[in-house]
Amino acid sequence: MTPDTESSDEPRAYGRRTFLAVTGVGLSSLLWGQPVWRSLAGLRQPILNALPPSLVPNGWRIYTVASSMPRFDPLTWRLRIDGLVGRQLSLSYADLKRLPRAEQVTTFHCVTGWSVNNVHWAGVRFRDLLAAAAPLADASVLTFTSAERPYVDTLTLDQVHVPNVMLAYEMDGKPLKREHGAPVRVVIPEMYGYKNVKWVEQITLGRHAQPGYWEQRGYSSDAWVGSNG
Amino acid sequence: MADHVMIERFSLTERTLHWVHATAFFILLGTGLVLYVPSLSESVGRRPLLKDVHVYTAVAWAILIALTFVLGDREGLRSTARELNRFDEDDRLWLRRHERPQGRFNAGQKLNAAVTAAFAVLFAVSGVLLWLGERDSTFRFASAILLHDALTFVSIVLVTGHLYLALIYPATRHSLRGITTGSVRYEWARRHHPKWLAARAEAAAAREAGDGV
Repeated sequence: MTPDTESSDEPRAYGRRTFLAVTGVGLSSLLWGQPVWRSLAGLRQPILNALPPSLVPNGWRIYTVASSMPRFDPLTWRLRIDGLVGRQLSLSYADLKRLPRAEQVTTFHCVTGWSVNNVHWAGVRFRDLLAAAAPLADASVLTFTSAERPYVDTLTLDQVHVPNVMLAYEMDGKPLKREHGAPVRVVIPEMYGYKNVKWVEQITLGRHAQPGYWEQRGYSSDAWVGSNG
Repeated sequence: MADHVMIERFSLTERTLHWVHATAFFILLGTGLVLYVPSLSESVGRRPLLKDVHVYTAVAWAILIALTFVLGDREGLRSTARELNRFDEDDRLWLRRHERPQGRFNAGQKLNAAVTAAFAVLFAVSGVLLWLGERDSTFRFASAILLHDALTFVSIVLVTGHLYLALIYPATRHSLRGITTGSVRYEWARRHHPKWLAARAEAAAAREAGDGV
């Protein structure tokens, strides 16, 4: 039936049309949703900034695997560096902050499809972090153990030395928040978020990579952004 | 007719469909909000458990909705779908805020049904894509999570209005009884859904005429 043939008092199939229109717009948004959302960034940012950050994720989604998030106590917290090293280290938060500081602005990509642009990170490059531990010649893999048990993941020594990889202690000008992995997390922007281990408390150097938490659950250990993750 | 006379507004199949959908919606909304809102994620924690509850509730919703269609009164549902689909002149004027007599569903309820059904499809599609996308990049649409979020926000507004009309607003809150027990007061139906009563009377007369043949 076309609108021309409908007399004014004849029932019209508005119910079906509404259903099809809403479904059609929704399904097609899988193709245009994100570009449009990005183009509206200037409009939505003032609104998001006005809302309490505890209510709106502001681009971030907080993924955890344990029943509660680890709490950071600056007095007792230590970062252990062990395994195939010349010297095992136990660094306090203050020790870590005394190491050469690096900063970067990079994009964070999650394997589930969302990204956060222009995140301002500050932290320590792995070259500086590992220098005092003196990795042995046969060490090739770093295993990051999170205080959020049983989260663990690995990167190779080559991978932690690509540009813009760091152990970050600040995000957007402030100390890393609890939900982002306080006090320190791995930042490797070229890999999906599950390789960016939060709440790191131990770095073990070894020869072989063990599958990480999500890799044990089917994710690819090749987590380069754009790969299958 | 006396005020205590009750008439059936919703069949058992319709009520089952409504309550399966409503129960699943609130479990999905509750778990979804804890997964999404940062302060809730932090205070409640238990993300893996909540994620499982969220996903399995969605699976249970799909199975129970399908079972209701298969085992329920399919002919009745088809007839309800026809009712919800058709907007006559009175419905169209009612939507433009004219006082016009309404059938078993008013035009607002018809629109709400169409939007709710479309949202159910879109929630399911985007949810399945999110689930698959975590496992295989072929199914990874960056916009799936945006769609799922947008549907949630709009649903919160719609369900707030729905709850207000069903629980608080004096003229409409009697309909909660209809969707719970099936029946509503004849007098209430006469005031708010007079064309429904007329159609019922017509159908009864047609049946009687048919019996007489």
